[in-house]
Amino acid sequence: MNNLLPLGTKTFNIVFAGHVDHGKSTLIGRILWDTDSVPKEKKEAAIAYCQKNRIEFEYAFLLDSLLEERTQNITIDVTEVTFFYGERRFRIIDAPGHLEFLKNMISGATKADCAVLVIDSSVGIGEQTKRHAMLLALLGIKQIVVALNKFDLVHYSLQAYKILHNECIQLLEKLELPCNFVIPLSAKSGENIIERSKHLSWYEGKPLLEALVGLEISASPENSPLRFPIQDVFRFDERRLLAGRIESGKLQCGDLIAFYPSAKKSKVKAIHHWPAESSPQVVFAGKSTAIQLEEEIFVERGEIIAHENSPPIVATDFFARIFWLGDHPLAIGAPYTFRLATQQSIARVLQIQRVIDATTLEDLQPVPMEVKKNETAEVIFRTSAPIACDLFENVQTTGRFVFADQNRIAGGGIILKALPSKPVHEIKGRSRISAAQRAKFLGHRSGVFWMTGLSGSGKTTLSNRLEQILFHRGILAYVIDGDELRGGLSKDLGFDAQDRKENIRRAAETAKTLAKSGLVVIVALISPFEEDRKNARSICEKDGILFKEIYVDAPIEICKSRDPKFLYLKASKGEIPKMTGLDSPYEPPSNCDLHLLTAQESIETCLEKLLDFIVPLVRISPDKERELGLLEDPAAEI
Amino acid sequence: MQNLDNLESQSIFIFREARYAFKNLAMLWSMGKDSNVLLWLAKKAFCGHIPFPIIHIDTTYEFPQMLEFRSWAKEYYGFELIVKINQEAIERGISYKTHDPVTVTHELKTVALKQALEEYKWDGLITGIRRDEDGVRAKERYFSPRNQSMEWEYKNQPPEFWTLFLATLPNNGHVRIQPLLDWTELDIWLYIKRENIPIPSLYFSKDGKRYRSLGCWPITHPVASHASTIDEIIEELYHTKTSERAGRAQDHAEPNAMQKLRAKGFL
Repeated sequence: MNNLLPLGTKTFNIVFAGHVDHGKSTLIGRILWDTDSVPKEKKEAAIAYCQKNRIEFEYAFLLDSLLEERTQNITIDVTEVTFFYGERRFRIIDAPGHLEFLKNMISGATKADCAVLVIDSSVGIGEQTKRHAMLLALLGIKQIVVALNKFDLVHYSLQAYKILHNECIQLLEKLELPCNFVIPLSAKSGENIIERSKHLSWYEGKPLLEALVGLEISASPENSPLRFPIQDVFRFDERRLLAGRIESGKLQCGDLIAFYPSAKKSKVKAIHHWPAESSPQVVFAGKSTAIQLEEEIFVERGEIIAHENSPPIVATDFFARIFWLGDHPLAIGAPYTFRLATQQSIARVLQIQRVIDATTLEDLQPVPMEVKKNETAEVIFRTSAPIACDLFENVQTTGRFVFADQNRIAGGGIILKALPSKPVHEIKGRSRISAAQRAKFLGHRSGVFWMTGLSGSGKTTLSNRLEQILFHRGILAYVIDGDELRGGLSKDLGFDAQDRKENIRRAAETAKTLAKSGLVVIVALISPFEEDRKNARSICEKDGILFKEIYVDAPIEICKSRDPKFLYLKASKGEIPKMTGLDSPYEPPSNCDLHLLTAQESIETCLEKLLDFIVPLVRISPDKERELGLLEDPAAEI
Repeated sequence: MQNLDNLESQSIFIFREARYAFKNLAMLWSMGKDSNVLLWLAKKAFCGHIPFPIIHIDTTYEFPQMLEFRSWAKEYYGFELIVKINQEAIERGISYKTHDPVTVTHELKTVALKQALEEYKWDGLITGIRRDEDGVRAKERYFSPRNQSMEWEYKNQPPEFWTLFLATLPNNGHVRIQPLLDWTELDIWLYIKRENIPIPSLYFSKDGKRYRSLGCWPITHPVASHASTIDEIIEELYHTKTSERAGRAQDHAEPNAMQKLRAKGFL
């Protein structure tokens, strides 16, 4: 079986990344074709498909298997294929280039030893090229090969190579990524893939596959400190076994070990595998195993076993680099499920320090209050319980984590630093009951939904209906109404600028307090000035309360004609001084989270929009409505 | 054999994550080579135990040698076996004589599985599919959610980073757990050889023919082969240029047949 040598060797995982349409799938298809790795029927089927649909033969069809992928000629989800070349076994991970499928690209890239960044030479570096390169850096990929594809389109020009080469080196250097090779090639005509191209006589480097064969396969971190996260505790028989995978280092029978974060100690009595005779005395990084302790102590899933002289970090506050893929932006103070190794906790972001613009690779200014889908950021976050971990640069597997929102992974990241845990009273507050506990109790998260608009624009009507529907859906909501406020809490205030400002401050503080108690708070307040509304937002957000501004918009003429509270009438008689919209200005929001046009859309449409906006932001358990038995027919309410 | 060690370790890791994450777990078993590797890995993952029931979706078109193997393996491994047949479809007259392979496969495999899910309410189902079997399977996740109708939302799969799995359990749906996803056909054979895993005899050449992939007998065809030992099979596969499931009629009945079957709940 000597000729079968590559079969047993460790697989070299390569992710192909880059901008959409730069030819990733075509290049991979070509590689498979040229290395004779495509089954005969698959070749025939791809040829037949192209003939039948009267299109030129497309190597990408050897990979893109979904009907939608072929008809639209794009890759939707990541594909993995194995092939052999030289004495090496390769697994190629074909990642989609579309921004929309970035989550799939990352899913693939997290497994890679090396990345091939594919660039269309006739176009140059694209937006997704940069974004992908930035993510490769974040994921800790240490080997990068740039494939300058479609080089035939730039007429095999040395000048073009020099320019592109320079741009690529600059990009990768900026991201602190290495650049192993920059290879001009053409996937379509098969040049510089295996064979050198006769059109590229000036190119003295290696063709793509030769370059890939020479790269290093990531070694298992056997020489790093022992990290053995407990996955489960088995009690199938008289033995009590701690099962898990050795993430780094090695573990031996008789070793004195400690558990983190609990700091308990014990000694390894035996290693148990099946069949029993295969049980080793020592296990190394990468191996799934199960151990028995000398004395039985109570430890659970999540704890990381290490040797006492090289313990992991135990902390609650971290500085990390993250990528965000959630449909809802990452919000300061919002609770997310946090997972690192087998530990699970709740994490909240305390501070967003940088958000990087993928198109320019520069920081966004000013620093945003949230991290949007597909953005990369640096944040400080806190976990609800101490976490045992390492800095990513020291031990990769215990230095990376994911964030999940409503049980779906919404982001991931790497730990750059552990921070001394300082009490951040703004976040933690006086209460011993956390926002997450309250949310669990109520079945929904809290938040402040601030409706601004002219008198008569529909704020009161909408907010009252909204409160009712939310309540019937099992979401405890309450309206803070301008008139009510003026009649009570703000009885002492008049209508000059100073008092209006104070009125809004009081409304914001009240809304925040109610939201901290767990409620969904709807504020219906004219709040005509942008600055005051900004102030209200900051009052809420600095305490980690979700704040969304909703602009209830109707032209002044419509509002006047509606005049539900006869305010415009009174104002016209001179009974109300400084009426907003008449003799006092209304500043429309420059950047609202939801814009409702009540003159053009019906109340029902506006309500639907409000519900579609609010419910996903606050809902955590879809079953609540059934448990309460309140919901007969939500549609009937609308 | 570093590669097999890595694959084995990852599969065991996935098994253990699955058992921790799901209250009501079961494993599908077809008695084929992949299924038997799966069974072997389950024993390894749980230190000699199989802590969930093993499901066989019996199409009633099983090769007799496979049924023999089923009884033998149940004794040998000592697991809880649940055999599920879609009686209703059979009574309705669904058969390979009267219907096309896609319909019969859908009825006797997918619908049977759906019935079993309704009956036993499993929230996690371990399967033995591999990426290299088919281009559509290549796109799978290790933890892959299915809705109540068992549909696979292949255009919007949840992300999966590193091996930090977080199973998204859809309302009333279940999650497919696929520990063999990264294995290739060759890996399976190399592992069977290394571990000496029992498999049915149909895989070995008899009268110049052997089965490379096993399904319902009316639509499963043997390939010409003289490989009568595992070594010979490995040698043969290393040099072959035909695909593994070429002998499985339902895959090729129409263009994108596999995608259509799988979107509706087929493995």
